[in-house]
Amino acid sequence: MFDDFLFRALIAGIGIALVTGPLGCFVVWRRLSFFGDTLAHSALLGVILSISFDINISLSIFAVSSLVALILLRLQNTTNLAGDALLGLLSHSSLAIGLVVLGFLSFIRFDIMGVLFGDILSVNVNDLIIIWAGGAIILFVLWLIWKPLFASTVNYELAEAEGMNPKRVNAIFTILLAALIAISIKMVGLLLITGMLIIPCAMARNLSNNPKQMVILSIIGGLLSVFIGLYASFEINTSSGPTIVTVAIILFILSLSRIRKKY
Amino acid sequence: MIENDLLVKVSDAGLYKNGKWLVKGVNLNITKGKIVTLIGPNGSGKTTTAKIALGLYKNIEGTVERLTNKISYVPQKVSIDWTLPVRVIDFMVLTQDLQDQEINDALNLTGVEHLKNNNLRELSGGEFQRVLLARAIAKKPDLLVLDEPVQGVDFTGEVELYALIKKISETLQCGILLISHDLHVVMSATDYVVCLNGHVCCSGTPVAVAQNKEYKELFGEKSSQLLSLYEHEHDHVHDSDGNIVKEAK
Repeated sequence: MFDDFLFRALIAGIGIALVTGPLGCFVVWRRLSFFGDTLAHSALLGVILSISFDINISLSIFAVSSLVALILLRLQNTTNLAGDALLGLLSHSSLAIGLVVLGFLSFIRFDIMGVLFGDILSVNVNDLIIIWAGGAIILFVLWLIWKPLFASTVNYELAEAEGMNPKRVNAIFTILLAALIAISIKMVGLLLITGMLIIPCAMARNLSNNPKQMVILSIIGGLLSVFIGLYASFEINTSSGPTIVTVAIILFILSLSRIRKKY
Repeated sequence: MIENDLLVKVSDAGLYKNGKWLVKGVNLNITKGKIVTLIGPNGSGKTTTAKIALGLYKNIEGTVERLTNKISYVPQKVSIDWTLPVRVIDFMVLTQDLQDQEINDALNLTGVEHLKNNNLRELSGGEFQRVLLARAIAKKPDLLVLDEPVQGVDFTGEVELYALIKKISETLQCGILLISHDLHVVMSATDYVVCLNGHVCCSGTPVAVAQNKEYKELFGEKSSQLLSLYEHEHDHVHDSDGNIVKEAK
């Protein structure tokens, strides 16, 4: 059964959707969508490093994204530059460095489209293991830090005053985000991973009135996007990543009719 | 003042930020069962002082000793983004695990039990303050830090909530650090007053502070008389018609 590429794609997609739902909610709540983009852009450098030094692609993406996240946390304390400018700086410098390094590696055949937009149909059994094992670890850690992370999302100082150590859980959350990007690049691609994180959660927000409900609905939204998107990309012969995100957008638009604007 | 009743000891603390002292030379003791009130004009460092006492700043002058971990905090401002759907009941268990009964009791005390399943964004300013206060007292803390806890609450509600705060300090035997603008209401229920204006300009019992020259300069002669008036009332309690009902202590 694992020989069927479509079946492998489906299993990979389900694994990713289960993780993007809960993490995506925090990305939306904490206004980190641009931060997610920055981490994703830095993944290109990770991909290139992995090819040039022949190391595991997820591992090298994880290392580079975590490094960029740590540099960001450090820069936040040393400069007075506004958050979005800082993110733009990091996002584009890591993208540019990645492309420059790529120029040196002209001898390597390299599918840049696959990295940018994902190539879910090339997912092999090893990738499945990385997605499911990595995803399980991410969800477990998120479950462990859920309460302090949520408290510091609602009010940072309140959480800190009441002994929840928001600084530490924020750093852990950043690492989880880097890990998610590392396991999902192959499927969704680095340009679209933030869309996969945010759009199902935006849809879920329109339909929910409490945090747990929003997380569950984002997972369902992500799963539906994967099911319908994969089927559609197979039927009408389009790239899987963009098709999945397009389905997510359609679900979001449908959810607007049920929006609970009053809260 | 018994030494083991001490909850927080702030010694000669100050915070220097962006080229100026936000507050400087603060000495403050918070003990069990007592209410310490910080007063002072806008920008005088009240909130900064409260955050210093809570340990929210890393680079402060002086020292802060906190002898308890059971701390509840009501910040001056809590804003919840639309993207984050939080009901009152979710908010109650934000930093603590509570039984249903504990949640109901706390909400009941501040008079907002009926709002339990409402979204925080649906609440009025006054209702929201009551929810903030309910959350803070629900886990029976040793130390309660309240930064303008009754802002936006109507006048009768204000008096009621200050009475509740006083009651909480007595029944839970917790120490309270209170920041307030409402001199007239607060002073009658306070054990110790610290008057700030970038530094501690005077501190002591409400009566002593009211007599202080610097206090009079800061708040005007009238507020001083107001306080003396309250001190006069300190030895008895009125009912709602103004009749003296009993000795208070």
